[in-house]
Amino acid sequence: MMSMLAMRPAVSHALLTTPFHTRTAPLVLGQTWRRWAGHAVASCYDWTHDREYAAIRNAAALIDISPLYKYRIEGPDAVHLLERTVTRRVAPAAIGQVLYTPWCDGRGKVIDDGTLIRLGETVFRLTSAEPNLRWLDMNAFGLDVRITDVSAALGALALQGPLSRAVLNEAAEQPVDGLRYFRMMDNRIAGMDVQISRTGYTGDLGYEIWIPAEGCVAVWDALMAAGAGYGLTPAGMLALDVARIEAGLLMLDVDYHSARHALIESQKSSPFELSLDWTVSFEKEAFNGRKALLAERERGPAWRFVGIEVDQESLEALYEEADLPPALPVVPWRGSVPIFRNGRQIGYATSGCWSPLLKKHLALAHLQAPHFVPETPVEIELTVEHRRRRAAAYVRRLPFFDPPRKRA
Amino acid sequence: MSGAGTYDAIVIGGGHNGLVAAAYLARAGKKVIVLERRHVLGGAAVSEQVFPGFTFSVFSYVVSLLRPEIIRDLELPKHGLHILPLESTLTPLPNGDYLATWADPDLTRREIARHSPKDAEAFVEFGHLMHHMARAVKPLLGMVPPDPTSLSPRDLAGMLRLGGHLRSLGPDRVHALFKLLTMSSADYLDEWFECEPLKATKAASGIIGTLMGPRSPGSAYVLLHHYMGEIDGVFRAWGFARGGNGSVSGAIASAARSFGATLRTEAPVRQVLVRNGRAVGVVLENGDELRAPVVISSLDARRTYLELLQPQELPEEVVRQVRRIRYRGSSGKVNLALSELPNFICLPGDGPHLRGAISISPSVDYLERAYDDAKYGAFSRRPYMDIVIPSLLDPNMAPPGRHVMSIFVQYAPYHLEGGWTDERREAFGDAVIDTLSEYAPNLKSAILHRQVLTPLDIERTLGLSEGNIFQGELALQQLFFLRPFAHWSGYRTPIRGYYQCGSGTHPGGGVMGAGGRLAAMQVLADQRLSRRTAGRVTVPAKPGEA
Repeated sequence: MMSMLAMRPAVSHALLTTPFHTRTAPLVLGQTWRRWAGHAVASCYDWTHDREYAAIRNAAALIDISPLYKYRIEGPDAVHLLERTVTRRVAPAAIGQVLYTPWCDGRGKVIDDGTLIRLGETVFRLTSAEPNLRWLDMNAFGLDVRITDVSAALGALALQGPLSRAVLNEAAEQPVDGLRYFRMMDNRIAGMDVQISRTGYTGDLGYEIWIPAEGCVAVWDALMAAGAGYGLTPAGMLALDVARIEAGLLMLDVDYHSARHALIESQKSSPFELSLDWTVSFEKEAFNGRKALLAERERGPAWRFVGIEVDQESLEALYEEADLPPALPVVPWRGSVPIFRNGRQIGYATSGCWSPLLKKHLALAHLQAPHFVPETPVEIELTVEHRRRRAAAYVRRLPFFDPPRKRA
Repeated sequence: MSGAGTYDAIVIGGGHNGLVAAAYLARAGKKVIVLERRHVLGGAAVSEQVFPGFTFSVFSYVVSLLRPEIIRDLELPKHGLHILPLESTLTPLPNGDYLATWADPDLTRREIARHSPKDAEAFVEFGHLMHHMARAVKPLLGMVPPDPTSLSPRDLAGMLRLGGHLRSLGPDRVHALFKLLTMSSADYLDEWFECEPLKATKAASGIIGTLMGPRSPGSAYVLLHHYMGEIDGVFRAWGFARGGNGSVSGAIASAARSFGATLRTEAPVRQVLVRNGRAVGVVLENGDELRAPVVISSLDARRTYLELLQPQELPEEVVRQVRRIRYRGSSGKVNLALSELPNFICLPGDGPHLRGAISISPSVDYLERAYDDAKYGAFSRRPYMDIVIPSLLDPNMAPPGRHVMSIFVQYAPYHLEGGWTDERREAFGDAVIDTLSEYAPNLKSAILHRQVLTPLDIERTLGLSEGNIFQGELALQQLFFLRPFAHWSGYRTPIRGYYQCGSGTHPGGGVMGAGGRLAAMQVLADQRLSRRTAGRVTVPAKPGEA
């Protein structure tokens, strides 16, 4: 009996760590960890995130995105399963092509969103923010397809920034110059087989590198060595948050809630309400939510997901009244902030930040019809010295920042 | 005391519901007395030092359903209620593995995914669904249940309120609710999960206190009943009361006293006095008479109607209905004083898994087999158990380094083949210890004292008919407007001035306190009504008052 007891490993209740943990942990100087899908990830490595953000826009940043859920979907009916599950057309995708797409429940409300890589004729890999194995499995009933959760087997790094291509060309065996936007190539780094997709969550030139867990440390080291001359900087979630807000990219559980977890209907959003119209393809005969989405397209969405730019002079005036210099959200914020027009609440912002690049206070917001038209003047609530005030703001088209190098 | 022996209301039974009723009435300015037969208040919610230095929640042992409005209205935290978190559930398995759920959703998902990744996801969505279902049913817990056959304004208003609520749920959830009301918990859970210990541990809530198995239709609803407590998220009233469940009663008693109620122990009531079809007081076993225009019984329906009243005082149809109520107590309790903590094969050592509930429910088949034994009049040779170790949560429950363990056991049928004897009680205790020792082999040697309670013991000690812990099975045909029986679900009885408030009334048991509160509300509403019609301010005259 005792030997049996001794054989069982002690069960740890510690947060999971990513395959890069031995490399990232010593760099987190302020112990500023946060939780992402049950994993410990760095909010920032340095005491503040400013330099990490600057690397994303000026040089190159290395971001551990391993906690993403990743599913390998393969089999003769893989295309069939995905066509019925996601809103975008999957069949025409070339091998090596990557699609960004949401997926909906039967009433056309978004469950999750992520990227879908076509690895082969009948092999795909889907990333998601939340677990989706059960949803995929239920949709696969009667289909000849195998769905495997490869989340833990695959580490992932985002290498983002204007110099990311140069860093990769130094580190990878094959040059990545020919890799087009939203395409994927097989490559090798530090002797490890990796996949490199030209994708990211920063709206900048950048790549995501998909690495078998056992090769992650070697690839990290090789990239850091190659990037030494290019200002390559490990970046945490705060820097990434600023970049993704500038890029107008939404985040599950921050900017919207999964239809599966919403407690009331108004907590759900359709792709149209999230301004993801371009991802919905009615050319497909059948996919989850098609009927509801068709009807919604006819009548027009009740909400849109838009950019908000706070009028800096109005904000400064509010602070001036309190005899204070204007305060800027130097750390990106998440929450729910009311947006008004003509004294009536017409929506709410869900995340925002000060953009060091654009020198603007930006937010992402859900606005009701008809107020979501770009350049509409609105007001955003903010708290100035304990008092709730409203600053003038404008509806803006997303993304706020869209450099040509992203696609070039 | 001037006017000794006369009160505005007499409450029979000092269990938590009786105390709640008394507290609400006293709070409304009524002169109230509670009469408890035993030497301690609390009914089934008592803490007693069964062995020197070891305090047990002898019968009921956790708090989850205590109504938040009662906690608020009676200011129970001020009166000593302190609920400690009971955040995990461990289900040890015969193969040396285990299943656990924890307070943190990420941790729970990781653990369930070890057994079934799909179930880990379903678990979250099932929780949402139960939340919605519980919300659908919850308004019923706070109201006198409307009778759908009645055209009285109150019943109609109640039905409208419920109807409106059902409509707001949307068709999908109404369909799900209908399934929940009609299915067995095993079938219902099969629609969601594939992992046996997960299904069994959830299904176990559907069989507690009833002589039904997880495959008996109707058990799914009971599962929901136990989810009710979990929806008041902010309260997180799911846990273990510091000092044991006696401190829940103690806090309510303290509140009742602070409002002026008189609480008497060792005051068994022989009979309710009825004059001209209305209650006028009670006679104690010692012959004392107490007078009041309102008498509230917190006992179960059998005692409330057939023992405290003369059957000839009641309509035949009422007597018939009362006699039909199913009690069939099916639960036992084993309380252990331990020299050391149990060492589970699946998780050796004294980790956090011991601070939560431990459920012996490895599979639905296991539970159903346990039920099979009981169905034919035997106690389960390998029973379902729900175990807590209160001394890990509140060190005052046992001497330093020692522990108390509370084992709720299902099934121990009241109607045991051949009847319960001392030998059979101990054999039942042995079956419990033997089964648990398979998972924690050091248990036997750690036992300093053991107390085994059968439904017969529960009946004899607490007066609960057939030892049913809910004062009548929580089965659908005995719920809502059928609890305790048709036409009399509204806390009144056919005898004017005589009310019922125990867990045998709507909405049922589980240390909710709802019956006590709603009955008190009914008494006060009736008095307002009679004041209005009589145009007088006083309560009705007290016959026999000098």
